[in-house]
Amino acid sequence: MSLFSRFEAFEMDVLKEVGNIGAGNAATALSRLLDKPVDMAVPKVSLLPFEEIAERVGGSEQIVLAVFLRVEGEAPGNMFFIIEEASARRILRQLLSMNIAEQEGYSEMELSALCEIGNILAGSYLSSLADFTHLTMAPSVPAIAVDMAGAVLSYGLMQYGEMGDSALLIETTFLEDCQSLEGHFFLIPDPESFEKIFRALGVVSE
Amino acid sequence: MIQQNLVKVGMADLNIATDGAILKTTGLGSCVGLTLYDPIRKIAGMAHVMLPSSDIARETKMNLAKYADTAIPELLDRMIAAGAYVERLKAKMAGGAQMFAMSGHTDSLRIGPRNVESCTEMLRRLNIPVISQDTGGSFGRTIEFDSTSGMLSIRSVQFGTKEI
Repeated sequence: MSLFSRFEAFEMDVLKEVGNIGAGNAATALSRLLDKPVDMAVPKVSLLPFEEIAERVGGSEQIVLAVFLRVEGEAPGNMFFIIEEASARRILRQLLSMNIAEQEGYSEMELSALCEIGNILAGSYLSSLADFTHLTMAPSVPAIAVDMAGAVLSYGLMQYGEMGDSALLIETTFLEDCQSLEGHFFLIPDPESFEKIFRALGVVSE
Repeated sequence: MIQQNLVKVGMADLNIATDGAILKTTGLGSCVGLTLYDPIRKIAGMAHVMLPSSDIARETKMNLAKYADTAIPELLDRMIAAGAYVERLKAKMAGGAQMFAMSGHTDSLRIGPRNVESCTEMLRRLNIPVISQDTGGSFGRTIEFDSTSGMLSIRSVQFGTKEI
């Protein structure tokens, strides 16, 4: 993709920092919610072929729980908070003292709770990013799906589909108690948003 | 049982299969998995269509398999080159779901139904009948298309496996 092939290592580092600040705040929010320390891996910024994006969360057919938000404002994009099923159930148990049966599926109440958690985390991610860049970024009303990773993630790639076969994503992984809980944040800015983010941060690309 | 040859079709990709091979594409959300089949020559084709129209394409290097209006003619050409007859071809479709119920968004998030509409229209123009389909809903699908029988097997998380 010509637009991104010219990104220098330095610009990739800037995007990494964007992920670091946003996800750092989200991790703090999650840690407060759970009243437990939450660790965060160093963010990864990568230009990935569509096929490989789902591999990051266990493959195209892996069943995941995904909260999707559209980022609106000056630097629009798509955002996913993705957790594995086992982690989702653990969060519900810890956070809400909900009596979660081991059966398949979720009740409406459980989904609503998870959706709200995604909303809180995405909100803290975006508001810290907005403070940092002085760009307006607001999350839309969140939507939730429990389905195959490939099916849910492809939804956030449409803007890229028009221009190529790969997308640039900023990815952060959360860990709590050494992997007992694993969550992924994907921020996929619209292709047009990069220029604005760079300019806002004083990175002038010629 | 003999292990049947599996041909993987990626996202925004297409391929054909003969000699009992099976075409497979995973994790269809709003994308449409479209298949064509010549029952006499037993030639099967599958496209994983991502977007309804190539009008919006801003790519420098065009991927024909990505758009409904370019993927279907391309798949048809490949089928004919492999020996299929256009008059005998039958189409099946799966996918085109709306994965997230979002409020306040219109066209860009109605991409699934629009993919289905665009595929249907393209097939109508080419005079290829759609004999069965499993489209819409709000769930992901993995599909396998058997070049021996022309059966399309569809798997989803909620509804298990079904054949059309």
